[in-house]
Amino acid sequence: MERLLADSGRLLLLGNEAITRGLIEAGVGLAATYPGTPSSEVGKALEKVASHAGMYFEYSVNEKVALEVAGAAAASGVRSFAFMKHVGLNVASDALLTLACTGVRAGMVVMTADDPSCHSSQSEQDNRYYAKLGLIPMLEPSTPAEARDMVVEAYRLSELLATPVLLRTTTRVNHARGPVDLKRAPRPQAKGAFEKDPQRFVTVPANARLLRLEQLERMERALKLSEASPLNYVVGSSRIGIVTSGVTYTYAREWLEDVEILKLGFTNPVPEKKICKFLQGKQRVVVLEELEPYLEDEVRRIAQQHGISVEILGKRTGHLPRAFEFSPDVIFSLKNILPVRAEKAPVDVPQLALPSRPPVLCAGCPHRATYYAAKKAVGNTGAIYSTDIGCYTLGVQPPMQCADFTLCMGSSVGAAGGFAQVTDQKVIAFIGDSTFFHAGIPPLINAAYNDHDFVMVILDNRTTAMTGHQPNPGVGREHGGIETPSIPLEPLVRACGVKQVRTVDPYDFNSTIEAMREAVAYDGLAVVIAKRPCPLLKRKEGKLTRSRYQVNQDRCSQCYICVSRLSCPALTREDKAVKVDSTMCIGCGVCAQVCPKDAIEVLQ
Amino acid sequence: MTSMKYNIQLVGVGGQGVLLASTVLGNAAVSAGLEVAMSEVHGMAQRGGSVQCSVRIGKEIFSPLIPSGGADLLLGFEPVETLRNIAVANKDSHIVTNTSPVVPISVSIGQCTYPNLDEILSAIRSVNKHVVAVDATALAIEAGRAITANAVLIGAIAAVKNFPLSKERMLESLLQVVPAKARDVNIRAFELGYAELSQRRG
Repeated sequence: MERLLADSGRLLLLGNEAITRGLIEAGVGLAATYPGTPSSEVGKALEKVASHAGMYFEYSVNEKVALEVAGAAAASGVRSFAFMKHVGLNVASDALLTLACTGVRAGMVVMTADDPSCHSSQSEQDNRYYAKLGLIPMLEPSTPAEARDMVVEAYRLSELLATPVLLRTTTRVNHARGPVDLKRAPRPQAKGAFEKDPQRFVTVPANARLLRLEQLERMERALKLSEASPLNYVVGSSRIGIVTSGVTYTYAREWLEDVEILKLGFTNPVPEKKICKFLQGKQRVVVLEELEPYLEDEVRRIAQQHGISVEILGKRTGHLPRAFEFSPDVIFSLKNILPVRAEKAPVDVPQLALPSRPPVLCAGCPHRATYYAAKKAVGNTGAIYSTDIGCYTLGVQPPMQCADFTLCMGSSVGAAGGFAQVTDQKVIAFIGDSTFFHAGIPPLINAAYNDHDFVMVILDNRTTAMTGHQPNPGVGREHGGIETPSIPLEPLVRACGVKQVRTVDPYDFNSTIEAMREAVAYDGLAVVIAKRPCPLLKRKEGKLTRSRYQVNQDRCSQCYICVSRLSCPALTREDKAVKVDSTMCIGCGVCAQVCPKDAIEVLQ
Repeated sequence: MTSMKYNIQLVGVGGQGVLLASTVLGNAAVSAGLEVAMSEVHGMAQRGGSVQCSVRIGKEIFSPLIPSGGADLLLGFEPVETLRNIAVANKDSHIVTNTSPVVPISVSIGQCTYPNLDEILSAIRSVNKHVVAVDATALAIEAGRAITANAVLIGAIAAVKNFPLSKERMLESLLQVVPAKARDVNIRAFELGYAELSQRRG
């Protein structure tokens, strides 16, 4: 990661690393985030390089806080960056939309990393509409190299307009990799001073009305900048036109021939005159963009307003899908309306049924043990499992099926209160440690305050695992030269008003079942903290000490409880025998405790 | 490189080192002065799920993704995954596949069945004649550590006909990402993979 600090050279960078490099080249003084795929690697990079680049970086407790921290920095004259995944911006939107009214004094960029096709997300949403909703200028890069350039340009625009700028990426930009030529990086200004100006920064209604007018005027100036922006440009010459943005541009550029492409990088406000000029004299225009017809509706509006009669095809005409990300294959599907460059035909796919391979909880994952114990404790009557966002959502897969309801970060606890109130079913909420800090505390207080009767299990694996093992308040901070102690969960839970709290180690199977039984039987709100560090993290850190296990085939009765009910990926069946895959097994010993015949033993 | 573009699709199971192998390829291409566009999988799918990475090298490269039928080389780290992603290949593509299965949970819990290896390989061979199946795990164990199976596969593709990057460049790129203490075992694994494919190619 240190290579991101070099003065010059050509590096093969992940989109998120290129964005990080852009921050360094833009002299950003403060960056804040809550981890979320596909934005997470920016944080992983900043964790290592920010302090060397003179930048302050933090993992904030959630996206809204990250945005507020960054907003205050920009109001104090320090260039700042807040970044998050698309649904993170839902959390941060309350702060963002008002900050877009007050404006900022130094450059501020907010990255929303959208995830078309929901590779790692609970929903697919097109966050370009936040730019429209909040009257926020927006840039959309197509490649890692362009992402770096746009970060730098976004700060220039932000300062010209005194407003935050939205950088809207998608998974195929954040997780693309391409060469980037490094440019000179200035030393950032990390300290500023806040000059009071209540009329601007205290949004009481009288001030808010003035800010609204100012904001509308600001967007008029933004339109002029968009018209003149080199980020909106034309490639080729033809009577067949393509309007496109983001990664889709790269597909169009390679697999369409004899078309004229209007490539839009500055997409709020769209360059109205440029689009108008592009439409004139065209025989047909196809708008290529992922998700919603955001640009398409603008193009149609501009054509209508300027009385330009041209055939416009896109999502509104049913030629392109609204759901899921595009790929080069989407371009091929347009061969009846566009000149598509031919490729060799794919082979016919042989008809052989293949086993599905969804993502699963890892070998030795402590969540598996917690789920197994919870199900045992609940017994045959079952329960409503209200779950949350993290690795543990994978508990939805058979055989665990410990997930019945998930909306968003923290929803497990809020929803559990609702289920407990209106049903006579047992209710168990599962929430990770990082998610609990992010959005689980207010609903827990709500449950205590309103006397909801359910069990909340904190799956405390001492990290934010799914996004690549970022720290959280429960483990304390140890990066960028700042060290803070951990904030322990048990006293925090008690302070929320919960009387019945127990902390257990899920690798100690009997104690975990006992704690679960006690919590389920308890009359009122009960919390179990299942605490055991993520073994994947331990392995990364080189701190995993493991015992080796094997199946004693003489003792094994081939009941397959370990394989089919515990379902650890390190256990497999070879013909009738159960085997431990030594390359995968991390030696947690949970299978040995689950086995009714004590047939799984430590290898001496 | 006839068309000045060479597309490599890498497929496998989260945790097998597919991502690392694609980085080795990408860095080798950059050091050869070529344009590169790649696409990777991070996040949830990495937890034991199917993963795909694409590496496109040459000139006039924009897209990080490869269209169906567009792969010059399909490298499979796991036999079922090779077959699952076969539509990225055309009849002239080269296919290199590992033969060691990673059995998914859907099979362990009795929801699905895992076809036998011969069935998988003959299905792949029924649509493409340039398939080389390598027991990368066995060669990695021969090299000294089972974990070097991806070095075996990287060595193997360096020997594929018309592969645009030299063996030396690939090995050098591999050694940049492996820990110093694992250098020798990775060189052995790479060489075993290279030799295996050269020999099988005839």
